[in-house]
Amino acid sequence: MTVDLMSFARAVANGDIRVIDLTQTLSQEFPTIVLPPELGQCAPFRMEEVSRYDERGPAWYWNNISLGEHTGTHFDAPIHWISGKDLPNNAVDTINVAQFIAPAAVIDCSKECAADSDFALTIPFVEQWEARHGKIEPRSWVLLRTDWSKQTYTDFAGLRDDGAHTPGPEPAVVKWFVEQRDVHGFGTETIGTDFGQGQHLNPPYPAHFYMHGKGRFGLQCLTNLDLLPPKGAVIIAAPLKIKQGSGSPLRVLALVAGGHG
Amino acid sequence: MIKPLVRPRRKDPLKRTRLPLSPQRVRSRTAHGLTAAAAEGRFALQVCLDCNTVIYPPRDACPSCLSARLPFRDVPRGGRLIAETTVQTSTEQYFRERTPWRVGTVKLDAGPVVVAHLHGDAVEGERVRLELKLDKSGSAVAMALPEKDTENMADDPHLREMICDPKFRRVLITDGRTTVGQAMAKAFSDAGASIVFVGLANPWKPFPGMESLRTIERVEIVPLDVTDTESVTELAEQNGGRIDIVLNTAEHIRAGGVVDRHGLTIAREEIDVRYLGLLRLAQAFGPILRFRGADGVNSAAAFVNLLSVHALMNWPAYGGYSATEAACLSAAQCMRAELRPGGVKVVNVFFGPLDIEWFQTVPPPKVTPAALANAVVRALQHGLEDVFVGDVAEDIRQRLAVNPKALERELAS
Repeated sequence: MTVDLMSFARAVANGDIRVIDLTQTLSQEFPTIVLPPELGQCAPFRMEEVSRYDERGPAWYWNNISLGEHTGTHFDAPIHWISGKDLPNNAVDTINVAQFIAPAAVIDCSKECAADSDFALTIPFVEQWEARHGKIEPRSWVLLRTDWSKQTYTDFAGLRDDGAHTPGPEPAVVKWFVEQRDVHGFGTETIGTDFGQGQHLNPPYPAHFYMHGKGRFGLQCLTNLDLLPPKGAVIIAAPLKIKQGSGSPLRVLALVAGGHG
Repeated sequence: MIKPLVRPRRKDPLKRTRLPLSPQRVRSRTAHGLTAAAAEGRFALQVCLDCNTVIYPPRDACPSCLSARLPFRDVPRGGRLIAETTVQTSTEQYFRERTPWRVGTVKLDAGPVVVAHLHGDAVEGERVRLELKLDKSGSAVAMALPEKDTENMADDPHLREMICDPKFRRVLITDGRTTVGQAMAKAFSDAGASIVFVGLANPWKPFPGMESLRTIERVEIVPLDVTDTESVTELAEQNGGRIDIVLNTAEHIRAGGVVDRHGLTIAREEIDVRYLGLLRLAQAFGPILRFRGADGVNSAAAFVNLLSVHALMNWPAYGGYSATEAACLSAAQCMRAELRPGGVKVVNVFFGPLDIEWFQTVPPPKVTPAALANAVVRALQHGLEDVFVGDVAEDIRQRLAVNPKALERELAS
């Protein structure tokens, strides 16, 4: 099959293919995942000015930044989880780069999540989605549209006296995604791919456990999923090439054919 | 009787801010024995070890027996004001702006006669108590106070020059999330601070005490994260001109040593919160505090550091923490030199283990947050610079003075 990349580039330039930014701005205020305080923590985004056209650098402005591999909109590699620790090419620097481009199935559960911040994605829910939009194609990202990115930071983090309350997938559906649908990875708008209360499930943090255990990927803190069609978007999600990195903040782009949403 | 201080009117924003001036600050090396006593609120003079003469002013040889063995010792502070005069003008710029200024001669019960600044209620011929105070130059001076407390005593304008009374001042407590921060907010509100700004990082993260903090009178919650340079700078830009006392309550307490810890993540966090946090606050608020050192009744007055007493000697069970606290102490010493031209005191409050979650496994005695808060307010009301709160802090101070090497070994066991 001949591929015409020039017509692809022209379609991007003239808007026949729309490019949608699924990335949250890296800012100091954006919530980072909260763990018990005695455990190691993911560093929030911080920025120190090196110079701003001043005596520290007369004609230039630049910053030093610091952040964790899992700060802001970020990519999870299989090595992130114990279930994926022994897989080949499981870190961000060794994953086959072709895997950074893949189509997406976008499952809208925003209405359900508005009513219930502990909304659980189940196999029957996805089967109903498939009844309307067709079967999830193999090697597709499954992106969970919860509209969580539109929340205030307080509701986004969802912290109560018993921990975080944010929606997520049940263990059975994650296993089913990997084994029955051969998905590429699982992406969410929330702070993690799992429920806020994911540690109480069996296995704990099932999205991490099953996805990474089978060499699949994670994306979290996505935004603008409401601008994507249920099927047909192509996701470009290339993490930084960090030596043996478990993940990476990144710019996530979606390519959408012009006529859609 | 001193006229009660009235809450200052809001400053005319078109008015020029008067720049701070310093009284004469040169002291001999020996005379800094008085500075050390004043910094801690003690009344100490030289006492001759050979003939027991109490000596003032400080000297290098005993005037009665020529002995050179003249250590500073706490002595009784009582005496009688035998003569007074009022200075109407002065060649010193600092005093020229503040005349008339009363001075007098006090005959101490301990022996010597001392020329002292006079509190408004100190009466000629009557008994007084002498205190050593740090003046705006950071040097020790003697001030005669009435023997017993009088009404509105702290409102005396000359005394107020020597102290950092929170009354009618606006204080910034940098972190309201901790029990210590909340106790401070309460104590400063009770002490008559006109605004108690309380910093809050990550407002999306709830914390115990949030509701009661908001109900404390004159508390204003402001966004502040000492680990975020932009956040610190923004608060200083917006409110720096109306903050007179900065009290850094940001804490990061974790057990573990330097060898016996796994990796540097916690060390980086504690350095970021404590040491770099202090530097961010110093750079953002230091210059404006120094500039406003003579800005009326609610002039900028103090920057308060809460420091573990283990800043002075490492406690290996909390070794990484101790090392970070030591870095903060060193930075605070630098800040003292840098803020002194503005007459702004850097107050270091040393505490032993606190009665908080992070010292859960440490046996008593422990310092409650309320006790620490009261000690901070009291230190400011008395114009102190070095404060030791609680039995452990006082014990470490004393053992350090006697034998630092022994203390090093003892803390390791």
